[in-house]
Amino acid sequence: MSNRAPLAIGKPLLFLALALPALWLVWQWLAFAAGAPHHLGFNPQETSNRFSGLWALRCLLLTLALRPFSQAIGRPWPLALRRMTGLYAFAYALMHLSSYLGLDLLFDWKTFTRDLLERPYIGFGMATLALLLPLALTSTRRAVRRLGARRWLALHRLVYIAGILAVSHFLLLAKGDLREAQIYAALIAGLLLLRIPRRYFLRDIRGQRAQGPANG
Amino acid sequence: MLIRRQEAWMERESDVTPESLYRNRRELIRGLGAAALAAPLLGCGPGGETTEKEADAPAGRYAGVPANSRYRAEDAPTDYEAATAYNNFYEFGTGKSDPARHAGAMVTDPWSVRVEGAVERPGTYAFDDLVRRSDLEERIYRHRCVEAWSMVIPWIGVPLATVIARLGPTADAKFVQFETLADPAVMPGLSYPVLDWPYVEGLRLDEAMHPLSLLAVGLYGRVLPNQNGAPLRLVVPWKYGFKSIKSIVAIRFLERQPATSWNRAAPHEYGFYANVNPEVPHPRWSQASERRIGEFRRRKTLPFNGYADLVAPLYAGMDLRRNF
Ligand code: HEM
Repeated sequence: MSNRAPLAIGKPLLFLALALPALWLVWQWLAFAAGAPHHLGFNPQETSNRFSGLWALRCLLLTLALRPFSQAIGRPWPLALRRMTGLYAFAYALMHLSSYLGLDLLFDWKTFTRDLLERPYIGFGMATLALLLPLALTSTRRAVRRLGARRWLALHRLVYIAGILAVSHFLLLAKGDLREAQIYAALIAGLLLLRIPRRYFLRDIRGQRAQGPANG
Repeated sequence: MLIRRQEAWMERESDVTPESLYRNRRELIRGLGAAALAAPLLGCGPGGETTEKEADAPAGRYAGVPANSRYRAEDAPTDYEAATAYNNFYEFGTGKSDPARHAGAMVTDPWSVRVEGAVERPGTYAFDDLVRRSDLEERIYRHRCVEAWSMVIPWIGVPLATVIARLGPTADAKFVQFETLADPAVMPGLSYPVLDWPYVEGLRLDEAMHPLSLLAVGLYGRVLPNQNGAPLRLVVPWKYGFKSIKSIVAIRFLERQPATSWNRAAPHEYGFYANVNPEVPHPRWSQASERRIGEFRRRKTLPFNGYADLVAPLYAGMDLRRNF
């Protein structure tokens, strides 16, 4: 199958789908501000912080999952979605930070700095965002050319570190019930494991090829 | 178009707040104010005028209970809906709306409480033998959760000291432990060991005997909804909410400091005392401020949740950073 067909439909669809949670959240806050009924619950800031954080993590996870998915179906087209999903992860992370710093702390910088210094989970969150920033900034084709493919790829491997930091952030903030955070941690760990043996595996095949006739 | 939009709006509103409940709440709040004013002037006793006209059987059962004006937080009470729909009661699930969703299955009548340990009159007490209607009073307390949110609740209850005095702790009794119902048939949360069930909490005997400590059976003039810990719960307003154990099935008088559930689960995060203290952060978040449910801005958290003048003497000479 050509690379074009699934992307032509899939990309705009995914773009829309991933925009929906953000639009929903903005809509709910607008309703809240207007004094209209909303679905932010009795603790709107808590709902908003959690909702945006969860979607940042989901987009990150999706970005990491696209390569193994592409390998599983034996088609390259999912790889071309990674820039979009990665940028969504960054956008949701920014929304998440705005929700916490803006709507929850009302830009109380003193509390925010104390949080950053004293609460490991906030530090992990900030570090995740800090890692996603250079990736977002170098997400253009021009940046790939400017950096050179090798360096660009090396830089963008940071996304795995971002994934680890993001689930650490989640695990550290959960109170009592860690199940949801553990599920995300397991997914990230699984995706990392998929990434590592593959390279060894490829090396083995290459080694075999060099030694003798290939088996197929 | 404007009209249609308004219709949709109103539909959604009535979804969230059934009108009867909304009206009830307004009347109720007005009623509470009147009762509070009348109580000190007229010595308005139980069986006085009910403030709820449409008293649908159990709802207004405690409507005539006199308010104790000594214990009346200045702050406006939290919306009834919020107080009864945003709860932590992990036996019914860890989500804030899980208790309201699942707790209805819990049977609270008949109810009995086992009284054990260093006490003169141990035994199994029926609810009505433990809580006498004539002892009931209303108190408006601030309620501060360890998760940094807070509410203001008009409770109906009996001073814990009154109940304890009747049970007669012996000289050996230095602590009181309370235990929550643990019935897997109605409590879906028990299937996962977030905590070591059954939930247990405890107080030093002098804390339990302090006049602020309340055994609550109702709120907003009504019987306690199940999700709020029906039919009988502790309320210790100067401590984080998890100390105010819900749906009590056992009270034990002990010589040694009892185990408490959150402390057992994470000893460095949740102490035995758990007094509200803005100076001592939870290891993972600050306790300096709180979100009062219904308010947009955070407010400053007060030492002992604003009850320092009443309870600070209990802890004279203690290092509250170590005994957090
Ligand atoms: C920029 C710095 C960040 C700050 C200050 C921050 C802060 C927070 C806060 C305050 C919460 C809510 C805690 C609670 O209500 O109990 C939260 C939850 C969360 N955050 Fe962050 N965060 C940051 C970055 C991130 C990033 C980059 C990600 C993911 C890519 C992320 C993922 C999450 C997740 C998954 C949750 C939990 C959602 C849930 O409970 O359902 N955070 N974060």
